Amino acid sequence: MSKGHYGIHGGQYIPETLMNAIIELEEAYNYYQNDPGFQEELAELLHNYAGRPSLLYYAAKMTRDLNGAKIYLKREDLNHTGSHKINNVLGQVLLAKRMGKTRVIAETGAGQHGVATATAAALMGMECEIFMGKEDTDRQKLNVYRMELLGARVHTVTSGTQTLKDAVNETMRQWAARVADTHYVLGSVMGPHPFPMIVRDFQRVIGREVKEQMLEKEGRLPDVLLACVGGGSNAMGLFYDFIEEPGVRLIGCEAAGCGINTAETAATIATGTEGIFHGMKSYFCQDQYGQIAPVYSISAGLDYPGIGPEHANLYDTGRAEYVPVTDDESVEAFEYLSWTEGIIPAIESAHAVAYARKLAPMMAKDQIMVINLSGRGDKDVAAIARYRGEQIDE
Amino acid sequence: MNRLPQVFSNGKAFIPFITAGDPSLEITEQLVINMAEAGADLIELGIPFSDPIAEGPVIQEADNRALIAGTTTDKIFAMVGRIRQTCQVPIAFMTYINPIFTYGTERFMENCQTVGVDVLIVPDMPYEEKQELLPDCLKYGVTLISMIAPTSQQRIRMIASEAQGFIYCVSSMGVTGMRQELSNNVEHMIKSVKEVKDIPCAIGFGISTPEQAKQMARFADGVIVGSAIVNIIGQYGEDCVPHVMEYVRGMNKATKQQYEKQQ
Repeated sequence: MSKGHYGIHGGQYIPETLMNAIIELEEAYNYYQNDPGFQEELAELLHNYAGRPSLLYYAAKMTRDLNGAKIYLKREDLNHTGSHKINNVLGQVLLAKRMGKTRVIAETGAGQHGVATATAAALMGMECEIFMGKEDTDRQKLNVYRMELLGARVHTVTSGTQTLKDAVNETMRQWAARVADTHYVLGSVMGPHPFPMIVRDFQRVIGREVKEQMLEKEGRLPDVLLACVGGGSNAMGLFYDFIEEPGVRLIGCEAAGCGINTAETAATIATGTEGIFHGMKSYFCQDQYGQIAPVYSISAGLDYPGIGPEHANLYDTGRAEYVPVTDDESVEAFEYLSWTEGIIPAIESAHAVAYARKLAPMMAKDQIMVINLSGRGDKDVAAIARYRGEQIDE
Repeated sequence: MNRLPQVFSNGKAFIPFITAGDPSLEITEQLVINMAEAGADLIELGIPFSDPIAEGPVIQEADNRALIAGTTTDKIFAMVGRIRQTCQVPIAFMTYINPIFTYGTERFMENCQTVGVDVLIVPDMPYEEKQELLPDCLKYGVTLISMIAPTSQQRIRMIASEAQGFIYCVSSMGVTGMRQELSNNVEHMIKSVKEVKDIPCAIGFGISTPEQAKQMARFADGVIVGSAIVNIIGQYGEDCVPHVMEYVRGMNKATKQQYEKQQ
């Protein structure tokens, strides 16, 4: 009967037209998950194509400057295509190919997931179409061009708020229209089961590596893990192998936009309520009648009114904490990491860096914090310049 | 008393859909009363949703217009209450699961019973998740409709065996909206249903012309038309009532003609 639950969250709330497709996906995933040939091919791609394992870098200057916990950065920004998104995409596109699909479609917010999907599609010879809200195609023009360069068709979504949630709506509609030869490469730990499980499993490599690298470098586990959360894939990938380690604090940083007391926010845990949308029961920013709120964040990748169901459950059980971080704080953190460590983070990841700046000084010097640097910030440079009142051409 | 049994007692059923509050609840009220007069056997009222993932552009825009006009679930309940003072046409609500869940499922169903909503259609609630709504539907006498799609195949048996009222057969892949060509697959889908259970089957998605209605009524028990009507409403706005009436009369006649021939 009902499947894919995390506490009271999760499920499969999608139109009947798509039910056989997600049942088929779950069956294929369960099979290939235990298929040595599939796993070998994926491991090979992650290593030689994506560049894994990603580095765990000790940020000495930042540590000295904040004068508290020892800070490590998990460098997902160094992956091929510049973010953690490639981990999930290589897995899903390889799976789609094994399932005999010839076409992949995907939503994208910041464009990182779209670029990763277009990349994997090019590599594996699949047809690729990407759906992106008009507001995002405007603020992430460079990524639109990158996707087209990689051979994908990019569709501008003009319905609703013209951002990530509307891109998801449109991709679901397009999937329902042509499901036989098409796989929907969902980009986060959200949507109907089995997507939250599949995406988490493919992103789990982040936390698994952190665990090994930490034991190697420090001989012990970290005290705090920090990651930004929109749908929550990079955070889930980092957290998952530490859920059973009660000494490790798990903290997700949500996009508060202009602040959680304003309407211009995307902080789902801080301001949302229980709902059922995009195939899952979870927390959503919505009004009393269940109309999904037009959320806002400077970060296109976190500009989403919901959160993955496993995060919702980690919040319910108290295992993970979720904190809001504003645009202002993130932009400052974006600049801070650039001149402190010489690393320009994605504006999404800068949300986690911003919270680290608050938390690290309150921690003891023998404590350790790991920040997931989920993506690189090249794509955001023009937007941050505009935020600072400077017009530059991309 | 649930009015659903009368829907299919009058030959082939014609089932129009409109979005409540598009362009205003006053017009929706007039449309319901007038469509009943024009021969509609069941009227589907869409409770507008911000993110209707099963709808094509025409109904997406109607939802948008209705929400901008300030339509809420409470105002729609009040409107159905007013309609019921003079009109006993069977009424269905069509909406997504979030507006129901967030309103409070039990409170929603209780209000349906109080004002006289007979049927509920929820496109993003598949068979696997129906326990989310079914207990409260049963408690308050609201018939929860099951849907089958061209991709349902082996699932039809399972879905049909537990279905109530009628089965909503989705004619085509994708979202709602007018289509030139309808698939031949539907006839086969209906046959599969009837093998399992003697339950009426109504076809929706893509039907807009009297010829299509006639063609579908050859093997279906009912014909559901949404986007074509919503399109007329979008075109004429506040002045849409006579135009919708005329269209519904024609479609109703086309749907029922087939039945009379068969008799």
